[in-house]
Parts: sequence; C-alpha cells; structure tokens
Amino acid sequence: MRFFEVKNLVKYFGGLAAVNDVSFEVKEGEIFGLIGPNGSGKTTIFNLISNFHSPTSGSVLFKGRDITGLKTHRICKARIARTFQVVKPLGRMTVLDNVVAAAFSRAKTKHEARDLAMETLEFCGLAHRKDMLAKSLPIGERKRLEITRAMATLPELLLLDETAAGLNPSELVEAIDLIRKIREKGVTIIIVEHIMKVIMTISDRIHAINFGRTIAEGTPGEVANHPAVIEAYLGEAYARG
Amino acid sequence: MKRFAPFLLLVILILFPLLVRDDYHQHLMILVLMWVVIGAGWNVIAGYTGQVSFGDAAFFGTGAYTAGLFATKLSISPWWAMAAGGVAAMAVAFPFGWICFRLRGAYFALATLALNEVMRHIATIWEDLTGGMVGILIIQTFVSKVPYYYIALALAVAAVIGVQAVMGSKWGYYFVSIREDQDAAESLGIDTHLYKMISLNIAAFLTGMAGSLYMNYMGFIDPEVVFSLHDISIMAILVGIVGGVGTVYGPVVGAFIMVAVHEFFRTGFFGFFKGLAALTGSQAITTLAKYVMQAHVLGFGILVVVVILVLPNGIVGDWKKITGWLPLGGGRRSAA
Ligand SMILES: Nc1ncnc2c1ncn2[C@@H]1O[C@H](COP(=O)(O)OP(=O)(O)OP(=O)(O)O)[C@@H](O)[C@H]1O
Ligand SMILES: [Mg+2]
Repeated sequence: MRFFEVKNLVKYFGGLAAVNDVSFEVKEGEIFGLIGPNGSGKTTIFNLISNFHSPTSGSVLFKGRDITGLKTHRICKARIARTFQVVKPLGRMTVLDNVVAAAFSRAKTKHEARDLAMETLEFCGLAHRKDMLAKSLPIGERKRLEITRAMATLPELLLLDETAAGLNPSELVEAIDLIRKIREKGVTIIIVEHIMKVIMTISDRIHAINFGRTIAEGTPGEVANHPAVIEAYLGEAYARG
Repeated sequence: MKRFAPFLLLVILILFPLLVRDDYHQHLMILVLMWVVIGAGWNVIAGYTGQVSFGDAAFFGTGAYTAGLFATKLSISPWWAMAAGGVAAMAVAFPFGWICFRLRGAYFALATLALNEVMRHIATIWEDLTGGMVGILIIQTFVSKVPYYYIALALAVAAVIGVQAVMGSKWGYYFVSIREDQDAAESLGIDTHLYKMISLNIAAFLTGMAGSLYMNYMGFIDPEVVFSLHDISIMAILVGIVGGVGTVYGPVVGAFIMVAVHEFFRTGFFGFFKGLAALTGSQAITTLAKYVMQAHVLGFGILVVVVILVLPNGIVGDWKKITGWLPLGGGRRSAA
C-alpha cells in the first residue's frame, strides 16, 4: 500500500491553472521536497491536500484511502497536519493555549491536552515562550509555533510551507535540526522551501514544478542539475533582474 | 481583592432587596440581572467566538413569546416556559446558523440583523398566534418584585458560572480559536461550522431564557418591544462591548452601566431637563427634554465610539489602564 499520493491534481482559479496535472508519491518516513519558482503552485498543492480549496480534478490518497474532498478538519483528524506560509497564530491566545487547542484534536480531557501541549512545546523548543501571547512572538518563533501546533495534532504526514523563510542563520540551523528531529520521530514530511541550501540538504527526494506543471523529480543532485529546473530558476532570476 | 470581588458582589446582590426596598430600584436591578444573562450569551457568540450578532432580539423575542404563548394558548404556567423559551430560541438559531455560518464576518452580522427583522415581522403578521401588534398580556405571578429579583439573580449567576465553565473547556478553546483565525482552527482539527453552531445555540438559549423572564416579569409584550433592534439587539452589543468583549465579568459590568445609561436617557438625565424646564418655564427646554429622552439610541452610539476609542477592551478588559489613571498608586508604579 502506498503511503501518500496525489494523482493528476488540477486546480483552476478562473482561467488560470495554478496546478496542472501534478502527480507524485511520498514514501513513509521520507522528507519530500517540493520546489518551484514564485507562484508556481506549491502552496496551492498544500491547499488542495488539506482541502482549503477543492481540486478541479484529481485525487489525494493517504494510506490506501481516497481523502479527496474530506473537510479540512477531518484531514487533520486523518493525521495530516500543515503549517501556513503566511503564519496564522491565534494572536490573542498564549503560545500554550495555541498548542492546547491543537492538542484537543487528540486528547480527551483538558489535562491530557495540556500535557500533550507541554510535551510538544518542549520537543519543538518553544516551552520558554508558553505564557507569551502568540501575536507578540518574533517571526522566527511564530514559524516555530506553526510547527509546534501542527505537531500537537500528532500527524503522520506533515506539510511544511516555507517554515525557513525569514529566519536568521542561527534560527535556520535550529529549524533544520527540528525538521530532522520530527522525521526521526517517524513523521513523514513534505516540505516547500525557497532556500535551496535547506531543501537540498534536508530532502530525500525532490519534486519540481513550474507554472503548475511537474518539470522534474529525483534526488536533490538529480533535480539540481536538471535542465528544466535550471532554466526555471535562472529564467526567474533574469526576469527579476 | 480581584479574586474576592465576584463573591463580594454576589453577597451584595443577595442582600440587595432586603436593603433597598423601593420598587423602582428593585425594578432596575431586575433589568440589570436580565441584561447580565443576555450579555453573557452575546459574549459567547460574539465576544469569544467572534461571530458578531446584531440580532439578539430574535432570540429574546422568541423566548418571550414562548412564555406568553404557554400562558395564553396552553394555559401552562409561563414559568415552565423559562427553559422552553431557551429551547425555542435554539430552534430559531439552529436552522439560521446552519445556513448563515457559511457567511463570514460582516456578512454573518448582516444576516443576524435580517433575522431580527424577519422574526419581528412574523410576530406582527401572524396575528392568530401572537395577537399581532396588540401583543400578549398575562397576569403576573407575584405582586412583589422580590421573587422576580431572585429568579433573575439565579439565572444571571447560572449564566456567568456556566459561561465560565464552558470557556475553560475544550469548547472554550475552540470558540476562541475560531475567533482568532478560522483557517488555522480548521487546520487544527476544529470543525468550525459545528462549534460556531454550538456557540450560537448557547447564546440563543441564554437570550431566550432572558426573554421568558421578561415576559413573566413585565406581563406584557408586543413585537416592537421584544424584537426591538435598538432596545434589545443594539443594547446587547453595548452590554458586551462596554464591559469588555471576551471577558467573563464584562457582561456583568456592562449590564450595570448600560441599564444606568438607558435609564439616564429615558428619564431625561434623571429629570434634569424636566426640572430645568419647570424652573425656567421655557418651552424650548421642554422640547429639548423630549428630544434628549428620545435620543438614547444616539447616546448609545456616541458611547460606543467613546468606549472603542478610549477602552477598546472594555472596562473589564482594560481595568489595568483604568486603575492607572486613578491616583490610587495601585495601578501604574513609577519606574524604579
Ligand atoms: N485563492 C486564490 N485565488 C486565485 N488565485 C490564486 C489563489 N491562490 C493562489 N492563486 C494563484 O495561483 C498561482 C499559484 O500560487 P501559489 O500560492 O500556489 O504559489 P507558490 O508556488 O506557493 O508561490 P510562492 O513561492 O510565492 O509561495 C499564483 O498565480 C497565484 O496567484
Ligand atoms: Mg507559497
């Protein structure tokens, strides 16, 4: 049985095909990178998996089950968690309460929820901030809160959307450590990242898209040297001047 | 001090009818307690869950009419209708929420406004059932105000404690999560539609009960009174905002202040303008007095603006700020 798979995913926004016939498979326990230039459809793929948007066509399969069209909160219950590229802290709640709210998706009692939340905060290295309001966290720690909250729902598959963007060099090292630690826990990860150094060192396999279409898939080395990938990124670099 | 304040308040409230025996002040206190219940309900859906309701009168009026109809059509004591009023209000809230929680933010608020008007029209038009504009008159159970006072007090205490318990539970975490970010809440496994429904139904239940209490106490209702947009729905918002949105004791403080403000306008600044008119014999001041008394909605509006500007978190929410202004030394300490 395949662990996770998207098949022929298509998403149109009006006339624009943000995702156009993308298929890939993720093996249990791996870190799977998803790359592509700005606006190529990475976040949209996450939104389709977690059903913030329903796909125009195509399907999402998780552990032998077709989860296409399952409500967002049910996707979470099915043990797929995600973070948001544009972070969404529950601003006027404390960091702890943010994580407790997430932990309630697994815990039966408030006591259990608090224990699970504290444990997850320790694991993710955010315990020292537990009493702070989420809105007053600096950006690096907001990104970390996204991960912590997602982890408190005890996922088997974690979707990370640019959790390293905007971090300073030391935070970046910590973030990579954390992602590795999460994988060692047995959580499978799909990671979207712009910082090439991060995604190339951390991923087992990488899937590259451009304009919503697959352009390459393989090991980091293979993808980095793939002509279509080089062209997509160089093209972007030229366009930006 | 802060921890004992609620107990102290409760003791004072229990002793109140024994200490203050005149009908007028007892009447005002019954209204305050009724508004605590409504404010607590509004606070659950709007304050904690972030789904602002402009149509609380829909639930209040439904509760009031349920009690009235129990008495006139079924000859059952309207007191039995206390819980039934709450349930009837939920029966309105349920289909409404089911459909309208697909709307977000301002659109939901507008839908509640529409619900308010629809319910008022139904109560006006369905004369066979409701008596239309004539309203419903029942014979009150008690002559004295004291029994009503204690019933209202029991309801208010139950509402505040009940809401506090809910907010300390999983439901409470979920309500606030929805308010803070609905997308994040969904991604954390929260069925936002379901929990908004639960929140709305808690609010409707409390507000419907308050409506039943009103019918029992006043003995008379008509559509203009209990489905009133400004005297019920807007007043509910004010009770919620003035006291402090999303705070347990906000509605308590808000109810006291808003009933006082409402009374202040209704009586023309506690008779100030009438007195002035009598003193000077000026026709202009008599006219002015009339306008002032009718202008309480305008006064409410100004109050909201002032509160939002000066105390955006309400009196309870901004308590530290208020004590900082007072020269008590208890609030702001000078930097060491
Ligand atoms: N809700 C939406 N409505 C309309 N268009 C959208 C919506 N979401 C995304 N798009 C469009 O779909 C395309 C893909 O966007 P997406 O956010 O998936 O890109 P991305 O690869 O995540 O980019 P970035 O690297 O900048 O985060 C873009 O052209 C974007 O403008
Ligand atoms: Mg993106």
